[in-house]
Amino acid sequence: MSALTSHLPALQVVAPMLMAPFVLLLRGRGLPWAAATAASLLAFAIAIRLTVVVTGGEALAYEMGSWPAPYGIELRVDALAVLVLLVVTGASSAALIGGRESMASILSAEREPYFYAAWLLALAGLAGIVVSADAFNIFVFMEISSLASYVLVAGGPDRRALPATFKYLILGTIGATFYLIGVGLIYMMTGTLNFADMELRIQDVADQRPILAAAGFITVGLALKAAIFPLHVWLPNAYTYAPHVVTAFLAACATKVSLYVLLRFDFFVFQQNLTAHAFQFSAFLMPLAILGILVGSAVAMFERNLKRMLAFSSVAQIGYMMLGASLVTATGLTAATLHMFNHALAKGGLFLAIAAVAMVAAGCRLGDISGLARRMPWTFAALVLAGLSLIGVPGTAGFISKWTLINAALELETGGIALVALILVSSLMAVVYVWRIVEAAYFGQPAETGSGRVPAALVIALWGVAIANVVFGLAPELPLTLSAAAADIMLGHVR
Amino acid sequence: MTAQDAIVAALVLPLVGALGIALAGRVSANLRETVTLVTAGSLAFTVWQLVPVVMEGGRPGVTLAEVLPGIRIAFDVEPLGMLFAALASGLWIVNSVYSIGYMRGNDEANQTRFYVMFAVSLAATMGIAFAGNLFTLFLCYEALTLATYPLVAHKGDEKTVRSARVYLGLLLATSIGLFLPAIIWTYGVAGTGDFTPGGILADKLEGPAVGLLLALFVFGIGKAAVMPVHRWLPAAMVAPTPVSALLHAVAVVKAGVFTVTKVIVYVFGVDHLFGSVGSEWLLYAASFTIIAASVVALRQQNLKRLLAYSTVAQLSYVVMAAAILKPLAEIGAAIHIVAHAFGKITLFFAAGAIYTAAHKTELWQLRGIGRRMPITMTAFTIGAVSMIGVPPTAGFVSKWYIIAGAFEADNYVAAMTIIASTALNAAYFLPIVYMAWFEREPASPPQSHGEAPWPAVLALAVTAFLTLAFFFFNGPVLELERQIVEGIGQ
Repeated sequence: MSALTSHLPALQVVAPMLMAPFVLLLRGRGLPWAAATAASLLAFAIAIRLTVVVTGGEALAYEMGSWPAPYGIELRVDALAVLVLLVVTGASSAALIGGRESMASILSAEREPYFYAAWLLALAGLAGIVVSADAFNIFVFMEISSLASYVLVAGGPDRRALPATFKYLILGTIGATFYLIGVGLIYMMTGTLNFADMELRIQDVADQRPILAAAGFITVGLALKAAIFPLHVWLPNAYTYAPHVVTAFLAACATKVSLYVLLRFDFFVFQQNLTAHAFQFSAFLMPLAILGILVGSAVAMFERNLKRMLAFSSVAQIGYMMLGASLVTATGLTAATLHMFNHALAKGGLFLAIAAVAMVAAGCRLGDISGLARRMPWTFAALVLAGLSLIGVPGTAGFISKWTLINAALELETGGIALVALILVSSLMAVVYVWRIVEAAYFGQPAETGSGRVPAALVIALWGVAIANVVFGLAPELPLTLSAAAADIMLGHVR
Repeated sequence: MTAQDAIVAALVLPLVGALGIALAGRVSANLRETVTLVTAGSLAFTVWQLVPVVMEGGRPGVTLAEVLPGIRIAFDVEPLGMLFAALASGLWIVNSVYSIGYMRGNDEANQTRFYVMFAVSLAATMGIAFAGNLFTLFLCYEALTLATYPLVAHKGDEKTVRSARVYLGLLLATSIGLFLPAIIWTYGVAGTGDFTPGGILADKLEGPAVGLLLALFVFGIGKAAVMPVHRWLPAAMVAPTPVSALLHAVAVVKAGVFTVTKVIVYVFGVDHLFGSVGSEWLLYAASFTIIAASVVALRQQNLKRLLAYSTVAQLSYVVMAAAILKPLAEIGAAIHIVAHAFGKITLFFAAGAIYTAAHKTELWQLRGIGRRMPITMTAFTIGAVSMIGVPPTAGFVSKWYIIAGAFEADNYVAAMTIIASTALNAAYFLPIVYMAWFEREPASPPQSHGEAPWPAVLALAVTAFLTLAFFFFNGPVLELERQIVEGIGQ
């Protein structure tokens, strides 16, 4: 392993973070965007390189400042982490490449540096959460990414974004605080913040009340940040009123990173040490997952605002991931992590398509896109592809994760058929809401629209994501191996 | 070229052709049509190369990818698929010649898009014909739906778009809502979806579940147009006539009944289905569709809609024949796919020729038109006679086998349905023939048209000839299809 490669886990965070203050100093239309895009692409390249290294064998550990693990801060990149890193950096890059004109239309030139600096901080924070193997470090990065994403969500001219951001901020802070309280309790009992160390030391104090309280605080706090039903109330408005490009970025990765921490904390620290924790974990999360799938899909079916429709669809899709995880089996966890990847492709593609549509249409309601498909055949063709992936039609990425999830459900001794029926029914609900978009765009009366044009870069980014949906639907080997390895890692800590 | 290469080439050629057509369309219309014809010709050449291999009992196959363990993208050629592919690729040549006459004669817009999507549709059709398992079949099935949508919505006016919506909505909803769960169920129960002689569900699925799974398949495969999921087919008639002719008389609808037959023969297994209770309903559903669609056809005033309902009825012949579950009837089902294709494409060609030359679409306008368009109406008459099933036409051969199969199974419902529908077919086709030849043309408005442009006339003459020729030369097809029933009913 070359010297540079061994530093990549740190560079993954440091590169976008150091670029942020630099972007702040840049003046001139387009320059901050260019710098941010370059940093994001660099981060994406690092993530790809890490993927190559990790698929080659062992996980990468990195000691910050060469301080050894329990004392210093450890960064750790394994199969689970690279999967999420690919999603985070990929979503950021695609959204930035395609989003320049879309953002320029709502940002004044002097605010551009602040906006793109915040974007890079959000990216650095999210990547930092993923690579950290240290509970407190995760909290720090969580705060960085959260504060930056409040700025991003409120960055547009839509004043309804402000109350949405406020709600997001209050609930996000509650979630982060709960997490911090839990980490504090554990630190009090074990004297360590490093996951690997914690896993060992917690054995002596397991099942004492502070640890149980900590597990509760951490699970609920992260569930709030991951928008697990019924703690999803902040999500629809935040996604709806944020600038379209920001929605594409955050919808693809923000909640998944919290979910990632929840899984990592739970499987690395709690599962094998707390009595009957696996059962509690399943019994607590599976009903929520099922309700989330049904309620999210049902609301999406009747929603007329496209972004809100897709936001509620996200609530349902997070339910799929939780459902897979709550099975606590290798196949179930594979399905859960795989769906993080595949859902990011589908939802990221859909929100990028919405960003493109919004450049031409008057708004984002179903009525506004009436008959637009004839004016924007390429955009809507990509939207249909991503929509098929969201439904889970064979040949698209969404099918692979749903198929894995169905297999996981069938492995259950009881109730598996009911879960399969649930998955099929909710897929049909997805057919309904995706069809409503298709119906309006392809079969509606053409509405009066502005004369806007979709920039080529956005079409390219959109089609890049749409094609990725098909590629990973027909050749899913990479995400499948990574998620299977991730499931192995998680279960390895349980045994 | 080995058989494996030929399979891949058959899938890739139309796509390459589509690209070539798109590029050539920017240069000149003549070049574009040349590329179309060359692509069609080389596709037919490639596909027909496989015929002798399959005739000799070979089953060439190629696996392109293994998506998930047990789920492969694989293509395997067996007699039924060979027949379908040979038919569709052969008729594409004729249809392309016809398209040139029709599209130019009617001065249609967006002709390049038309030819491009046509080629893409043919690629999907080849995929359906050669698909080696349910997963691959489903992919190609959906691709065909999506690729034909722009063809159906070609005109782009409000009425067309409304019909296209029914087309797309019904086909997508049934395939995702019913067909896909059926496929997932099959993979779950059998652990595979490969088309295997004798079926894969024997011993694995018993009792009423068989009937339920069959229902998911039959109604999920909306392209087979078994009532009540037939409404997309009349809706699709808003498309230009070459589309109706090749896609909605041959490729798309035959993809539907072909898939149903294939599911019955290679997934359920004929013997397994014959021994299961709760699967007889399919025969009655198909019989009902035959009679009901024929009655509806009687009442149609628009020529293309009449042909559409006639197609709905004729498709259910294939489904019913397959559902009789006897060797002779399975052969009849396969032959009827060919026989109906020759007859119905001729009828559609004639309808399109009449529209191009005289701009007539309604039945009452056809009085005396036989004297102005003798070749077209002769072809039309041959097609109509074949639909009724009178010798010496193709329709007689397949009906003969289906009736023989019905008697072999002592199934008088099927036999009576065929007899009744023959009477109904005669009742709605013969008045048109009579009107065209023996009634007088109205004096006003004055008529001055002759035949349609020569490529159109040539095409419909060829298919009319094929309809007649199939009565005399059907040996190879019979021989090919005998192979699928080997080992059934013993």
